[in-house]
Amino acid sequence: MGKSIEQKLTFIHRCTASGAIWGSVSSVSASLEESLTSSAKATLQAIGAQEAALQAITRHTLKLKEAMEAEEKSAQWKDLEAALADRTGAVNDAETALSKANEALDSLKSVIDKSKGLKVSAVRPLVLAAEENLHNMVVDLDKVVTKVHSAESEAKIVSQYSELVNEAKQQFQREVSSLTPEIQANWKGLTGKLSSDDLNALIAHAHRRIDQLNRELAEQRVREQIHIDAALEQQKLEDQKALEKAVSTALQHIKEEARLEQERKLSELREVMEAEMRTQLRRQAAAHTDHVRDVLKVQEQELRVDAEQVLSSKMLEQETRYRQLSQEQLDNFTLDMNTAYARLKGMEEAIDSHVVAEEEARKAHQLWLSVEALNYTLKTANADIPTVPLEGAAQAVRDSCHDSDFALALSSALPEESLHRGVYSEASLRARFNSLRSLARRVALIDESHNSLYQYFLSYLQAALLFEEKQEAPPAQLCSEDLDPFKLLSYASYCLEHGDLELAAKLVNQLRGEARRVVEDWLTEARLTLETRQVVSLLSAYANAVGLGTTQAP
Amino acid sequence: MSEKELGKKWDRCLADSAIKLGTGLGLGIVFSVLFFKRHTWPISFGSGVGLGMAYANCQNDLRSHYLQHRRQSVFI
Repeated sequence: MGKSIEQKLTFIHRCTASGAIWGSVSSVSASLEESLTSSAKATLQAIGAQEAALQAITRHTLKLKEAMEAEEKSAQWKDLEAALADRTGAVNDAETALSKANEALDSLKSVIDKSKGLKVSAVRPLVLAAEENLHNMVVDLDKVVTKVHSAESEAKIVSQYSELVNEAKQQFQREVSSLTPEIQANWKGLTGKLSSDDLNALIAHAHRRIDQLNRELAEQRVREQIHIDAALEQQKLEDQKALEKAVSTALQHIKEEARLEQERKLSELREVMEAEMRTQLRRQAAAHTDHVRDVLKVQEQELRVDAEQVLSSKMLEQETRYRQLSQEQLDNFTLDMNTAYARLKGMEEAIDSHVVAEEEARKAHQLWLSVEALNYTLKTANADIPTVPLEGAAQAVRDSCHDSDFALALSSALPEESLHRGVYSEASLRARFNSLRSLARRVALIDESHNSLYQYFLSYLQAALLFEEKQEAPPAQLCSEDLDPFKLLSYASYCLEHGDLELAAKLVNQLRGEARRVVEDWLTEARLTLETRQVVSLLSAYANAVGLGTTQAP
Repeated sequence: MSEKELGKKWDRCLADSAIKLGTGLGLGIVFSVLFFKRHTWPISFGSGVGLGMAYANCQNDLRSHYLQHRRQSVFI
């Protein structure tokens, strides 16, 4: 019993601890808890007291039974009295405890009613639990009380019996004492001290007593039925009363239980309903959110489309403006670039033409220089040594006149011998001629037909004996007389002395026969020199002309 | 040098004539001594031969340019 109450207390503790903390709820729960604890304590106490009382009563009854059955001993009577005192004390305690418990339970009931009056839903389970506890406590208390009552009734019966027995004993003692006054109360052990008279009186008394008892017994047997009926009636009444009482209490209990059950079921149902309502609400909320989401999505789409449209139009505008600006810029730039380019081109052309002119001038200069060099090489001939080979100078000339065909032709017209071996100077030729002259004179008569030794001799003789002018100016035209070798030689000498190698060569060319053969080499050399000189002079003239042409007046 | 040719020719001629003359003379002398009992005619003969040969050689040499030598013509 107490355990269940404890369990329920802990349950309530848990409820209040884990329940929602609102001001009124917490206060209500606190008050409930308080009253519950106090009532539980009181009830426990009452139950304890009642149990103690019960135990005391049973003990007392037992003791009484023992005392009845055994001999009358003062110790036992003392024990009995102690037990009686115990019992009375326990019973009193139980009564006070019971009253206290009832008070506590009443207060709890009032608190429960008050909290029910608040009509706060969260409190209901607590209230329900408190009510159940109350009911249980009441039930336990009633049970204990009934037990105590039953024990008390039993004790009453036993006490009645003991009283009867005591009365009988006392009467018998009185009779015995009236008969035999000297005998003490404790007569069972004194059989040896009694006299025969006393014994006879005692026996007679005993017989009389037996008769009396027999008569009473018969009477009693006669009146047995009536007594039994009366007793039965009494019993019935008592039973009825007890029954009514029990029934009423049981009814009350059951009513209470039913009410509690109802309340519990109601609360359960309410919870279920609430849960279901919550799920439904949740569903609705979910549906609502879905719907809202859909609507929002649609709206979003629309708004986005609008915004995009606006954006695209603005962007287009900006694009066109930007393109326009950039095109303008580009056009301006192109224009500037074109003008700059044109100017640049003009400048370039001017520079190029200048460069070309400069180049031409340079080339002409170079040509002139190379020709001068070539000219100079002609002067390098010494007495009998020919000039240096003109190859280098000729090559230089050729290099410096790539584009001039005329100059190229001229430079290629230089004779091979002059290029590779060089030419003889006029002075050397002159000198050579002087030595040749005598030889030519000596072989003047020799030709194809006249070439025997005798002719040689004659020719030598002629040369020794004939005297001609050393130098004679040649006429403008040669007649047949002038073709005489001696004359020709003198003409040639004259020409050479006057620096006219060309005419001299021409005149010498007119020699025939052996004289011609003798002067052949000289003639070739003269020709070579003349050719070279001619080419060089032509090149020089050309270079000069070109140079003149290309130089610009400042 | 063409002008030196004549000089060379004359050199050769003289040398040759000297040699021939000398050889002729020598041979003449030899023959005269050996075979002809110191007659003078081999000497003069020999020298004459020598001289003549030299003269002929010299002349030939001097006119060699003017003489056309037979050339072997190639028929195609």
